[in-house]
Amino acid sequence: MDIPPLTNGYEIVYKKPQTLTDTPMHYCPGCGHGVAHRVLMEVVEEMGIQDRTIGVAPVGCSVFAYDYMNIDMQEAPHGRASAVASGIKRVLPDRYVFSYQGDGDLAAIGTGETIHVVNRGENILMVFINNGVYGMTGGQMAPTTLLGMKTTTTPYGREVKTAGHPLRITNLVAQLPGACYVTRQAVHTPTTVRKLKKAFRAALEYQQKQQGTCFVEVVSNCPSSWKMTPAEANKWLEENMFPFYPLGDLKLPAQSN
Amino acid sequence: MIRGTVVIAEDICKGCELCIEACPQESLGLSDKINLKGYRYAVLVKDNCTGCVNCALVCPDAAIIVYRQKKPTKTAGPQVEVPI
Ligand SMILES: Cc1ncc(C[n+]2csc(CCOP(=O)(O)OP(=O)(O)O)c2C)c(N)n1
Ligand code: SF4
Ligand code: SF4
Ligand code: SF4
Repeated sequence: MDIPPLTNGYEIVYKKPQTLTDTPMHYCPGCGHGVAHRVLMEVVEEMGIQDRTIGVAPVGCSVFAYDYMNIDMQEAPHGRASAVASGIKRVLPDRYVFSYQGDGDLAAIGTGETIHVVNRGENILMVFINNGVYGMTGGQMAPTTLLGMKTTTTPYGREVKTAGHPLRITNLVAQLPGACYVTRQAVHTPTTVRKLKKAFRAALEYQQKQQGTCFVEVVSNCPSSWKMTPAEANKWLEENMFPFYPLGDLKLPAQSN
Repeated sequence: MIRGTVVIAEDICKGCELCIEACPQESLGLSDKINLKGYRYAVLVKDNCTGCVNCALVCPDAAIIVYRQKKPTKTAGPQVEVPI
């Protein structure tokens, strides 16, 4: 993006990081994926690790993350991003490696990989975007879909009897000894964006200490599947997602000297 | 009051209005025109931006550059004209 000359006593206090490419993102207006990408790439830029960071993109709306993040990227089959990232980290242990997945990818088809990657304490960052639905395929129920929430496969709202309970997979992985740092954040307000940035930074820094898997859940939106405007979706998220998926740290790394 | 301003990439903007919601100064609104993608895009509608960066933090498309007036220093000469 060209930055207009406006230096007359003014300075730039915010611009897009150069760790994002200039490719326009294909996400729907207001989608949290775009914010999560940007915040993660801001951290990579600020840490000066652009040439030492490798990301693994999922299957889901963020399948094209490799076109947007200006770092080395690898695409993985549906659900397998964390397993692929583990392999990359083992071969290249000096790199900063992360996987980036939606809730259908990480908590449905990829549940096995998710649990075992964290249980093995693989030294990677797992980014988990929880928007409560399968966005890419048209808004079907995900494991994270709230009770009563209408989706294309739960047209009358999710019921326990037929569809079971919503899965707090982040609480599950926090129990595993291989987890180093587990936190749940959001991207819908300036304050939550600032906190998410701190969490991503901490998670990448912990990777240097080799204490296990860092897991950052981002409670996000899907205005298109939720059939709301972006502003309505973010309000709905606060009122409905946060009570079941409360923000905050679930596990902090053990203190070491 | 510290003055600021924003430059919004109108062809990248998708008119999601999240920046408008996030602006404490109500400085932003939607354009009357549409962009190449067919969206009404975000524009400055009031000359009261403080350069707080809230809008840029929530923009999913990284379409916003924020400028802020440099803090005056005691040794600085006379203040320059505000360019907006
Ligand atoms: C093996 C396999 N099974 C199913 C699919 C179809 N599929 C594509 S994306 C997706 C779910 C994506 O949902 P999520 O991970 O929540 O990401 P979102 O799109 O919401 O960001 C599914 C089931 C596929 N591509 N590959
Ligand atoms: S379908 Fe949902 S998750 Fe996918 S880009 Fe659109 S808003 Fe985002
Ligand atoms: S920088 Fe702050 S005051 Fe200026 S337009 Fe953005 S949100 Fe509003
Ligand atoms: S948040 Fe970004 S994409 Fe959305 S209306 Fe504002 S400038 Fe446009």
